[in-house]
Amino acid sequence: MSQPFRIEKGGRIDRAASLSFTFDGERLSGHAGDTLASALLANGIHLVGRSFKYHRPRGILTAGSEEPNALVGICRKGDQTPNLRATQVEVYEGLETVSQNRFPSRGFDVGAVNDLLSPLFPAGFYYKTFMWPKAFWDRVYEPVIRAAAGLGNPPKNPDHDTYGNLYAHCDVLVIGSGPAGLAAALAAADSGARVILCDEQAEFGGSLLTETAATIDGTAPAQWVADTLEKLSANGNVTLLPRTTAFGYFAQNFVALAQRITDHVSEPDPRLPRERLWQVRAREVVIAAGAIERPMVFPENDRPGIMLAEAGRTYLNRYGVKVGHNVLVATACDTAWQAAFDLADHGVTIAAIADVRENPPEALQSIAKARGIRVEKGCVVTGTTGRKRISAALLGRLRGNGVAAAGEVACDALLMSGGWTPTVSLYSQSRGKVVWNESLGTFVPGQSVQNERSAGACLGIYGLNAALEDGYAAGENAAKAAIGRSGTVSRAQAHGADAGEGGILGALPHDRDPSKVKAFVDYQNDVTAKDVKLAVREGMHSIEHIKRYTTTGMATDQGRLSNLNALDIASKALDKPVTDVGLTTFRQPYTPTTFGIFANISRGDFFDPVRKTPSHDFVAGQDAAFEDVGQWKRAWYLPKDGEDMHQAVARECETVRKSAGLFDASTLGKIEVVGPDAAEFLERMYTNPWKKLAPGRCRYGLLLNDAGFIIDDGVVGRLAEDRFHVTTTTGGAAHVFATMEDYLQTEWPDLDVWITSITEQYAVCAVQGPKARDIIAPFVEGIDLSADAFPHMSVGSGTFCGVPCRLFRISFTGELGFEVNVPRRHGKMVWDKLAKAVAEQEGVIYGTETMHVLRADKGYIIVGQETDGTVTPDDVGMNWAIGKNKADFVGKRGLARPDLVAGGRKQLVGLLTKDPKVVLEEGAQVTKLANPPAGTPAEGHVTSAYHSPAMGRSIALALVKDGRRLTGETLNIPMPNGAIPVEVVEPFFYDKEGARLNG
Amino acid sequence: MADILTSELYSADSSQAPLLVLPDVTIMPAAPAARVSLRCRETGLALAAKAFGTPIPQTPLTAETAANRAAFWLGPDEWMLVAPESQLAAILSDLETHLDAVPHSVVDISHRQDAVLVSGPRAGWLLNTGVPIDLHESAFAVGTVTRTLFHKTPIMLWRTGPDSFVVEAWGSFMDYVTGLLVQSAEELKAA
Amino acid sequence: MLLIQCPYCGVERPELEFSCRGEAHIARPADPSATTDEQWAEYLYLRTNPKGVIAERWRHIHGCGRFFNALRDTVSDKFLMVYKAGEPKPDPAQFSKEAGR
Repeated sequence: MSQPFRIEKGGRIDRAASLSFTFDGERLSGHAGDTLASALLANGIHLVGRSFKYHRPRGILTAGSEEPNALVGICRKGDQTPNLRATQVEVYEGLETVSQNRFPSRGFDVGAVNDLLSPLFPAGFYYKTFMWPKAFWDRVYEPVIRAAAGLGNPPKNPDHDTYGNLYAHCDVLVIGSGPAGLAAALAAADSGARVILCDEQAEFGGSLLTETAATIDGTAPAQWVADTLEKLSANGNVTLLPRTTAFGYFAQNFVALAQRITDHVSEPDPRLPRERLWQVRAREVVIAAGAIERPMVFPENDRPGIMLAEAGRTYLNRYGVKVGHNVLVATACDTAWQAAFDLADHGVTIAAIADVRENPPEALQSIAKARGIRVEKGCVVTGTTGRKRISAALLGRLRGNGVAAAGEVACDALLMSGGWTPTVSLYSQSRGKVVWNESLGTFVPGQSVQNERSAGACLGIYGLNAALEDGYAAGENAAKAAIGRSGTVSRAQAHGADAGEGGILGALPHDRDPSKVKAFVDYQNDVTAKDVKLAVREGMHSIEHIKRYTTTGMATDQGRLSNLNALDIASKALDKPVTDVGLTTFRQPYTPTTFGIFANISRGDFFDPVRKTPSHDFVAGQDAAFEDVGQWKRAWYLPKDGEDMHQAVARECETVRKSAGLFDASTLGKIEVVGPDAAEFLERMYTNPWKKLAPGRCRYGLLLNDAGFIIDDGVVGRLAEDRFHVTTTTGGAAHVFATMEDYLQTEWPDLDVWITSITEQYAVCAVQGPKARDIIAPFVEGIDLSADAFPHMSVGSGTFCGVPCRLFRISFTGELGFEVNVPRRHGKMVWDKLAKAVAEQEGVIYGTETMHVLRADKGYIIVGQETDGTVTPDDVGMNWAIGKNKADFVGKRGLARPDLVAGGRKQLVGLLTKDPKVVLEEGAQVTKLANPPAGTPAEGHVTSAYHSPAMGRSIALALVKDGRRLTGETLNIPMPNGAIPVEVVEPFFYDKEGARLNG
Repeated sequence: MADILTSELYSADSSQAPLLVLPDVTIMPAAPAARVSLRCRETGLALAAKAFGTPIPQTPLTAETAANRAAFWLGPDEWMLVAPESQLAAILSDLETHLDAVPHSVVDISHRQDAVLVSGPRAGWLLNTGVPIDLHESAFAVGTVTRTLFHKTPIMLWRTGPDSFVVEAWGSFMDYVTGLLVQSAEELKAA
Repeated sequence: MLLIQCPYCGVERPELEFSCRGEAHIARPADPSATTDEQWAEYLYLRTNPKGVIAERWRHIHGCGRFFNALRDTVSDKFLMVYKAGEPKPDPAQFSKEAGR
């Protein structure tokens, strides 16, 4: 359990807390404060996986969220989370991790043959190679490619974790907690602003946690971080969010943060969510996302042991880990020299510093000299050797346009630095346009498009003191803009860690055979410099095309590491300046984000609101099957003694027609229309006339849209001159209400009428059947129920079981029927009493399926079943519902449109199968011939089909072209097992005279 | 600012168990109340005020309260009037009588929605797990009332004190609202 | 998610509380029966769908419930102004100029 590459002391890990973890089954040890990457390196492990396409051995490249190679799976609670970056995974006791994309093991991987076959896999090879035969794509190519390439395995079980959500608001959101971010947070908080400071890392401080070659106000940078955090924590207006990634920057300073809460804990409290989505609305945003180092593009730059220079320095200073015993530093800029010096000071042999530049700063050279470090100037790496770990590097001397071999240097690690790239991802997401900065040789944020400012290294402001200064200013200005005042925070001064010079873009020259070497630009997607050049040769001239053809920049870091190098290679191949080639857009999310945090609370019982009616528990206790109607749960049918659905529905139907049935109709939409102009308003909305409807009476109402098509229907009762009780379909309730509001507010604001939703004010128990009156009579007071006093289509107010009631005499079954509306909280009590009374009369509780059959017996339409948004009243034989003398109503003009009055429209008819036992399939096509030739258009389709116990046979409704003229004729319903012949009949089957419902 | 609730309006329903009791936040079902939707033009405001016993608020998102009375501004011509349940019939008839001469709509919505009382130092935090608006006191002062959303469900929210809120939702949505509030509060039990 | 100012509530609220109801200032003809088929079809279906500033109807459906109108730039997706239903349509050209197109 020794950690051979751990230095004796130093770093921010807790050496007292030793932790045991596994990697591919091997038991290893680390310390609290380690990332998986730092702990693996402490154990001397660089090889962590295989590359995406060529299965080349890969090691840890970075120390941050941009890591392209070290993707691992974490095993936890019996499942695996794939594709986590080892640089971000925190080590805890018992952590189990596995490498990915290797078979059978990361040390020996058969897929590595791809590397030898790599001439077969040039840029765009998917497009070129697997084009034909076409059928092979689904069955052969794609499954094989997916199995061979790709990243980790998806989890197999439903996510057992929970995820939280929080809508948060602040004056200033500071993203990133390096020197600029901390200074900005301090300055903003000092003004009294509400501040949120977030950082993707476990610990605040960013580069300050690595910096040992500088002081801030005379103390070590890490100490200044601790002091600063103490100040910020003491301020009640400041929210500190470590382990929190700002992954999306949206309109109007709406920023999405992913806070990781339990992933780093060995045995998390199960009551804690795994992650929390912060949906932050900030008045002002300070982006202090820092900069990342650029890899150098030289041949075989992907061998394990090759790492970015600052990452090597971070592992040393922050985690107390040497990345090797004998380290070569290859650089094009100053900052990497400090990595060499720090390592040397901890006893690591520096094989050499190879600087691309002919004249690196004298000061650095003399420090190197003092430490006895060999310095090679004007020197590039032209190749590396070593099977699973670098063992040596080839050097080359720049000579004019060429490179001359300059020997081989043995090493067990190579630190490289091509310079620095400001992290402009979030700025770019905010819709800001980056601009090219010639002196820095990189893109930096341009003008702010939102209330946002970038500060520090992400703006191209390098050097510790400059970053601090810029952070303070950004924080102050942000506070001033947000709340109109700024504080007077004393500004810390830093010494050391000055901005360095240098940097390089693109592929480095070398003396190797270009066809035989790979210099990687995008590590995760295995894109080489050659691929980018090939893409240009093959006609991809836009950077967006090059990106898609080669997949460069399409990895999980979105090209943060690779974009500038790829761009430079493309610009040289195109012979155009970088600024003319342009940069691809950075999009959300900034780093990979779990599906869980997006699904969030919308899963299981809370996927959507589940609306239950007052009878829910009662019918659930009777084993009712439920049907989802919108968000409502409605009893579908209530099987008894092992009945299947067909048997249950048949029994329910028969019982309703024989004695009575009880049905929960609470879900129907209900709207109270009140005001002196109530009748006028309904006159304008519905097809029917309303002005002469007497109080106490009801009328069936049909609602069209202005195109002339049916959108809803329902019974409307007039309670008083100026008060109507309107019902709508269950599914149409919200839409009808919104449509009425729309006309009322925007077309007819002069009308003195208001509408109020009372859907949930009333629970509705429908009692239908010959015994309905006998059943309800004992409960009713204040309403004369006799057929003369209270005929079909009446409404009255009274009490029911002693509570206020609106009683409707209406029927959707064709039987004598009542609908009892009582205030919702009394619904359960009333239902229970009615259920008992119905049972005493040998009646039944029925569900929506029986309701559908009973209404089909009568030919009553259901909006959304017989209609589909293209059906007119005439199509369904309901011209009787149109007020003939009305000058206007919504839809009247639409009904006069040429296509709506033309012949050949589909009309509602009944269909009777020749074989009465055969029930048609709803949605089935209707044709004239039993075996129509291919391409024959259908005459129509079946809209409803049931077995009708009342008719003792199957019945169906259908929309058929010119259907009413076809009564008596035989049509066909072609099905896979042969056509079903049907006779066209009028669309009603049972008690056409209506004797039963008027009883 | 002290809580502005009177004990008669929105008291915890003693017949129901609390939904959540934690040191920092509690959720109690509120007892039934009389709720009336009032719609009218400016001509009706003084008459309605006289009938109901509080001014009818004309400042957006505010409430007027008196003993056993609360009138909420919900829209420029829409108010909800709340009173003890037993006074419903009297209030309906008083309003109809007083408003007889002007166009108006008075509709009983007592049963349409239920209320829960969410209170405690973490009440605002808990609500913000699903309410998208800023509930900081500087943005949502005591006394503010509004309709908004809790996740996928419309609610009415009234702040009755720095740490106390009334949340109303249509009856069938209340299980969703309280279920998610209780689930989101789960983490407060963790150390 | 946009923030939208409701001219009735006098506050900015998240887009979640609102629903958009299409182009504004398309009045339903006072006498639909007097319109030709072409005129009626235009009323029902034809919209300007500009690249740039458009006047739209929005409803604060999960707030005060009121319909209002707004000028929005369809390119930047920014609200330029909101105004109450019934108020005259501002000159989009003026706002186009301010929006830089």
